[in-house]
Amino acid sequence: MLKIVGYTDRPSARPGERLDFKISCEEGARAFDARIVRLICGDDGPTSPGYKVLPIEAKVNGSYSGRKQSIDVGSYMLGKQPAALRASAGFTLAAIVQAHWVDKETPQTIIACHDLAHAGSMRGVSLSLDRSGAGAATVGDGRGQITLGTGRPLMPKRWYLIAASYDATDRRLIVTQRPLERQFGEPEHSDGSAVIPFALPDMTDATLTVGATLMPGITDRRQSQLHFDGKIEAPALYAGYLDPLRISHPSWAAQPCIARWDFSRDMAARTVRDQSGNGFDGELVNLPTRAVTGSNWHGETTNWRERPDLYGAIHFHCDDLYDMGWATDFTWELPGDVASGIYACELTTPDGGEDVVPFFILPPKGKVTASVALLASTYTYLAYANSHHGYEDSLSEVCYGALLELGPAEQFLKERRDFGVSLYDRHRDGSGSSYSSWLRPILNTRPKRAIWNFNADLHITDWLQAIGQPYDVITDDRIHAEGVDLLKGYRCVIAGTHPEYHTTQMLDAFERYQKDGGRLMYLGGNGFYWRIATNPEWPAAIEVRRGETGTRCYELPPGERYHAFTGEFGGLWRSQGRAPQKMFGVGFVTEGFDASSYYTRLADSFDPRAAFIFDGVGPEERIGDFGILGGAAGLELDASDPELGTPAHALILAKSVEHSNTFLLTPEELLAGFPGLDAIESDRCRAELVFFETASGGAVFSTGSIGWASSLSHNKYDNNVSRITLNVLRRFLDPKAFA
Amino acid sequence: MYEIDPSRIDLAQEFKRKPFGRHSAELQRVLNRMRSEPFEGHYVLLRDGRFGPWRLAQLGRRPQDSMALTGHVFQDRVDAEWQVFKLRWQRLTGQDLPLD
Repeated sequence: MLKIVGYTDRPSARPGERLDFKISCEEGARAFDARIVRLICGDDGPTSPGYKVLPIEAKVNGSYSGRKQSIDVGSYMLGKQPAALRASAGFTLAAIVQAHWVDKETPQTIIACHDLAHAGSMRGVSLSLDRSGAGAATVGDGRGQITLGTGRPLMPKRWYLIAASYDATDRRLIVTQRPLERQFGEPEHSDGSAVIPFALPDMTDATLTVGATLMPGITDRRQSQLHFDGKIEAPALYAGYLDPLRISHPSWAAQPCIARWDFSRDMAARTVRDQSGNGFDGELVNLPTRAVTGSNWHGETTNWRERPDLYGAIHFHCDDLYDMGWATDFTWELPGDVASGIYACELTTPDGGEDVVPFFILPPKGKVTASVALLASTYTYLAYANSHHGYEDSLSEVCYGALLELGPAEQFLKERRDFGVSLYDRHRDGSGSSYSSWLRPILNTRPKRAIWNFNADLHITDWLQAIGQPYDVITDDRIHAEGVDLLKGYRCVIAGTHPEYHTTQMLDAFERYQKDGGRLMYLGGNGFYWRIATNPEWPAAIEVRRGETGTRCYELPPGERYHAFTGEFGGLWRSQGRAPQKMFGVGFVTEGFDASSYYTRLADSFDPRAAFIFDGVGPEERIGDFGILGGAAGLELDASDPELGTPAHALILAKSVEHSNTFLLTPEELLAGFPGLDAIESDRCRAELVFFETASGGAVFSTGSIGWASSLSHNKYDNNVSRITLNVLRRFLDPKAFA
Repeated sequence: MYEIDPSRIDLAQEFKRKPFGRHSAELQRVLNRMRSEPFEGHYVLLRDGRFGPWRLAQLGRRPQDSMALTGHVFQDRVDAEWQVFKLRWQRLTGQDLPLD
């Protein structure tokens, strides 16, 4: 298992900015060493260029005290200020819920009002599901506690109103659950009732939570527990006893209200305002999913902005995670002269632990320090962060065409759900994950890992270093923030092996750059595919709402495909009139992971316009029938499509051949299933090399394959993949306009 | 549901020669069946070093459940693919594969 892990407070920085490093020694090491390096190549495989770094003389290099840092995983709402509850006068808790993990076999909190100063037995009240999944209420006086349930587990993914009422006159506690969409054989309501044998204490300093409780007696770091997995709507807390059967909706009760929250309001906000007028606002912790359908949604609209009143629920998950919240071990103030590039902090412990924490340094704002910029796909790295889907989906092996493999990082993550999930995972309750955050160690954005995303992009930096080409590194998050201003100074921008996820602002920036004559080299596959959104309230996170089609690991529920962060419709850019074929000539068509293959030249490659590309390449040469993956065409492949926007004058220079049957047409390429969808029978399953000029003197070159960069280093960088890439780069850096 | 013909030893021999990439259409059907096993008991490889060795394990009932080690350890992934092919052949045909 991994002995040391860490993260930075941001993925990218500029000279003069600061980066905080947060480190945890997971197996008890009391010290660690840190060393800043510039990463050149991360691929240490036996047929690979090797792990290559340049040591950096950084003030933070040195030894530090180590310790294991704690994690508070799981989402919930926390009252911002203490509440008073006069239990001696009775009270009522109520909410509408839709449980998604009924057989979880642990209690699940809906609303809690606890005195956390008591470290021992619970002091306070809560509305919850009990271990069986039945509606329940728990009360405690700090010495003893009683849980009272309805005895009937909820049906999963069905709406219920659950309420607990305490009548102080006879100390009777009643809990009721009422199905809002009653099923055959299900009673109109199920109840539990008991007389509490002790007096419930009045509380003046109680903590209100929704979706979880906090562990009592913790003084150093807040720790939540007993999370609810599913949707909660309209939670409310009332003074005095209310007949639970007379509550038609928690927000509508006429009783004096202590606090009630309406989750349909301020959808992008982190703060949930108390609607009672008493000021018990709540803060959402660990980014639960908003803009989800409520109990009153019946398909009237699929856009929450049109009818927010139908989106009054929040979906909480026990494995939501926004911020590990680790303490900072050291801060690096980047020198003013530090060169742009991909960097890392190498961490080691005396007990043999090692981690390499990457980050990205851009040139000073407003400056370019090279004529070419390499785009590090930080949002795509984030989308895949700590993904579990490979080994949590039994269909992975048949898709990959090889046994599933769990390396040390995957084995660690399988045991450590508290490191969060990716945009490819299902939460433990089965629902799809829509958020991913930087504020945690991201164990698959590392060198010395699989040739995928970050580690594959390092093949490009290795090649740029090998050919002696100076370059700047820019990132998704900075393009999103700064727009075309970040791009406009470069003669050429290289998009890496898998630039899959983009915000509207990013596409706007690329389009502007292209219209202004910029040159784009896209050395990857499955790029510019999904729309994502960001939110200044949760600045370290991205949100994806996967839409009606595309290669997906889950399907979002109906009515939940508009981003909560921005209100934009989610899904493929292709579905929103901005297919990648328009800007890059190619778009995603197929994927396969068992073996990579090669390209053959097509007639367009002999067009005089393409002569510079194939200078030094023979007419019959197979392109890329070599490389670390066995071929330059592999993993995920893009191809041209005039219907989707590939310009009519684009040259389709080459196409890949001889892929296996694991390469299937993607769902968005199909109107219906039919035999012959794989690469053995369909010539639509291929990568294409595409080149075209733009009206403003710029140009585009796309390789259509994630595997392309893994062939660059073959034969000491002397091969036709390297030659073609270099031919294109040299011409693209030539200021002479394309005619 | 496609059923594997236990007499088609030639398909096993084809897989042993080339476990990855393009296969004959009939072998591909065999592999699709084998690799589509249910989640519980699905074979996976645990790699402990950067480049092996690999321990063979089977998934539990749910993703969060522990995996069960079979006791097989491999120095080469190709050997692991062949071993699992033989195990699945036996389970799906009821017959041992008469090949090493």
